[in-house]
Amino acid sequence: MEKVPGIVTVNEKWCKGCGICIAFCPAKVFTAREDGKPVVTNPDACTRCGLCELRCPDFAISLGGKSHGE
Amino acid sequence: MSVEELLERYTRRDKLPHIWCPGCGNGIIMGAVIRALDQAGVDQKKTVIVSGIGCSSRAPGYMKFDTLHTTHGRALAYATGVKLARPELKVVVLTGDGDCAAIGGNHLIHAARRNIDLTVVVFNNDIYGMTGGQYSPLTPQGSYATTAPYGTVDRNFDLCELVKAAGGTYVARGTTYHTRMLIDLISAGLGHKGFSFIEVVSQCPMYYGRKNKLTSAVAMLEWQKEHAVPVKAAAKLTPEQLKGKFVIGELHRQEAPEYTEVYANLVARARGEEK
Repeated sequence: MEKVPGIVTVNEKWCKGCGICIAFCPAKVFTAREDGKPVVTNPDACTRCGLCELRCPDFAISLGGKSHGE
Repeated sequence: MSVEELLERYTRRDKLPHIWCPGCGNGIIMGAVIRALDQAGVDQKKTVIVSGIGCSSRAPGYMKFDTLHTTHGRALAYATGVKLARPELKVVVLTGDGDCAAIGGNHLIHAARRNIDLTVVVFNNDIYGMTGGQYSPLTPQGSYATTAPYGTVDRNFDLCELVKAAGGTYVARGTTYHTRMLIDLISAGLGHKGFSFIEVVSQCPMYYGRKNKLTSAVAMLEWQKEHAVPVKAAAKLTPEQLKGKFVIGELHRQEAPEYTEVYANLVARARGEEK
């Protein structure tokens, strides 16, 4: 997993492709790959609201820094 | 706290990734519990996490706390023992709808009746997932399960009402969709002295969703979003308007003597130490 500070990253090894992050991201940062796993295609739109982190059942998404009202 | 810090501090990293199915709500609830424990500022070394049997009850296995994975339905009985023996510990129970309401239903009402200082988080996915999708006491009436191919005829419990009636002093309901609210509800429960109970409406896409025209985790979270009514909004609606919906938020809070304190007083009295 390549880690860029301040940019949302997906741990592909842990991601099971449920699609929750793609469907509910308010800024539409993610796009689904063929296997259903998310790709960060619109990183500039990310507002760092942290909902993807909180709703990811697999702890596979990281904003790479502080979130959740910090 | 970043996800990395959270995982490092509160989980057994070598046990992850977890084995729950794609889209299962258990991981979301476990994350919310960990974040709530952090938010409430509990002492990790003085916290015990207890679970029973079922998909949800695997959660403590991933958590870096003193944990007990006990017998089916008996998490509350073990937790009661831990709390009575060591009242200074924070004791959290993670259980499922089947574990808590069916096999453990009796333990539930009596723990609530005693108002013992435990925080109970029920992972309510409406089904017995681990054993292949049998209906539970919380499976909504009329919905389908492996053991109800024509729909359930049993009326389902409103577990929050049950716990409130039994004497629980903090009762709340959250969902995996409203994750921020869920963290706050669990955190408030951890801060409450007495029996605190948080039901989490969750999703089992594998065994509940597939049989009930909710074919994905996304569809099930959409359902939660459309059917959950916050407690303040619900107060302005008629029972007719609330039909088919469910209320989320803090549903009940009262002050009442806490069991381990009452028990300590009894011990003092029996020893003639009472003033």
